[in-house]
Amino acid sequence: MKEAKIKIRNVSFYYGTKLALNTVSLDIYANQVTAFIGPSGCGKSTFLRTLNRMNDLIPNVKITGEIIIDDVNIYDRQIDVVNLRKKIGMVFQKSNPFAKSIYENVAYGPKINGIHNKKVLEEIVETSLKRAAIWDEVKDRLHDSALGLSGGQQQRLCIARTLAVNPEIILMDEPASALDPISTSKIEELIFQLKELYTIIIVTHNMQQAARVSEMTAFFYIGELIEYGKTKKIFTNPEKKQTEDYITGRFG
Amino acid sequence: MKKWTNKLTGGIMVGTTALSVVIIIAIIVVMFVVIIIGGKEQISWKFLTSFPEDGMTKGGIFPAIFGTALMVLLMSVAAVPFGTITAIYLTEYAHENSFLSKCIRFAVKTLAMVPSIIFGLFGLGFFIKFVGDGMDHAFLGGHLKWGQPNILWASLTMALLTLPVVIVSVEEAIHTVPGSLREASLALGATKWQTIRKVVLPGARSGILTGTILAVSRGAGEVAPILFTGAAYYLATLPHSVSDQFMSLGYHIYIMSTQSTNVDQTLPIQFATTLVLLMLTFILNFTAVIIRARLRRTPK
Repeated sequence: MKEAKIKIRNVSFYYGTKLALNTVSLDIYANQVTAFIGPSGCGKSTFLRTLNRMNDLIPNVKITGEIIIDDVNIYDRQIDVVNLRKKIGMVFQKSNPFAKSIYENVAYGPKINGIHNKKVLEEIVETSLKRAAIWDEVKDRLHDSALGLSGGQQQRLCIARTLAVNPEIILMDEPASALDPISTSKIEELIFQLKELYTIIIVTHNMQQAARVSEMTAFFYIGELIEYGKTKKIFTNPEKKQTEDYITGRFG
Repeated sequence: MKKWTNKLTGGIMVGTTALSVVIIIAIIVVMFVVIIIGGKEQISWKFLTSFPEDGMTKGGIFPAIFGTALMVLLMSVAAVPFGTITAIYLTEYAHENSFLSKCIRFAVKTLAMVPSIIFGLFGLGFFIKFVGDGMDHAFLGGHLKWGQPNILWASLTMALLTLPVVIVSVEEAIHTVPGSLREASLALGATKWQTIRKVVLPGARSGILTGTILAVSRGAGEVAPILFTGAAYYLATLPHSVSDQFMSLGYHIYIMSTQSTNVDQTLPIQFATTLVLLMLTFILNFTAVIIRARLRRTPK
């Protein structure tokens, strides 16, 4: 197997004194989709947010262990969090476009990176929207408000906005949980295409979704990583009883 | 038996609350009717655009309108940026429970409770006697220019008075900007300041506007802070620079009803001036209410 893109070593995470993640270790590989599954409150979203240091924004949290991305520990003192987040994009559970035009939403990231050339920006916006499979739906109304789009379109716009920064890794926190089945299948199709170019990590409540889109699956339960392996194996022949109980729907 | 007393208490309560409401509405209606009846004869285009005449017993109130407008403009230029920056610090940078943020919040609350005449005295002592005199001695060799009442000192004094209004409105508006948008911006690799400038402040725009309007409507009506710091009894010309004194609507009403050579003769002018001031603050407040309602309606 190829070299891991992200190496997580003994990561524990605390909200105040409450332990939310207990010594989690796993490797995530490039150009694959890795799914995190588990019941609500199992720590999978918390874990996802440690990967781009979004949890830094919450007061009174503590993290121990190492997260090494491309041979660099992202919790090292010298790490510039702003640059880290440019490399690791994130798509949230609830679509959160800015109250700006479709164009401005996608151009936001490049602009804060100092790109102001109109032609370059237009190109980035077009490429990103095409990659997010929403270009055909919005190309005639790029300068209309993004808030006028449907929920599914907004989520794909948010994906386009993330792609515009040209990240290497994309974190998705239940990106389709608020969407209807048609929009969900569009997002899944999109994830399938995007893994050619990006390393994708997706948190999901939807077991079928994890089975459909991912190569690797990690099952979390109450802050512990119970089982991690090839999605096929996890879903057909899990090693641990807890995993089997969860995926067969006996709890959670 | 119990039922009967319950009914009686209920009836009394309903009666009392209804009476209070009626009294409050009646006071407002009577006030408006009296002022409108007293002033409507006097109000005309000419009244609004001409200078006072004959020892202020005739003529218009243009210099007072102009002075009030200029004063609230200068006041806004000082209070709005300062208040906005304070609000940004309190909401985005300070920790909710840190000692410093508690101190600032306490100071803002206290500032809002200080009687307005105290602001006037402070303005006189600080801006005119300390800053103004200091400037005269430092730059003009003691020649009296800044060490006396003028519209700049009056506006700055008024800015201190209205600062809490601005801070509270902007803070409220910043809180309505959803956290998910901040997260989206930060996740794209924006710095905190970029996020504030490009996402938070545009989202809080209407709140900043509301705060400005409320501050203006408060500042336009206050007299005490400008009493010693810049308002003039009568001026034959409009202020030419910020070191000139000015006439103001509120102060004009005050002097005409207490210091005028002939109070009875100026009565219609008093009513009309009051009506102008009242309409001005009413319109400003109403605009603020509308903007605020629209702000609340925007989905989180």
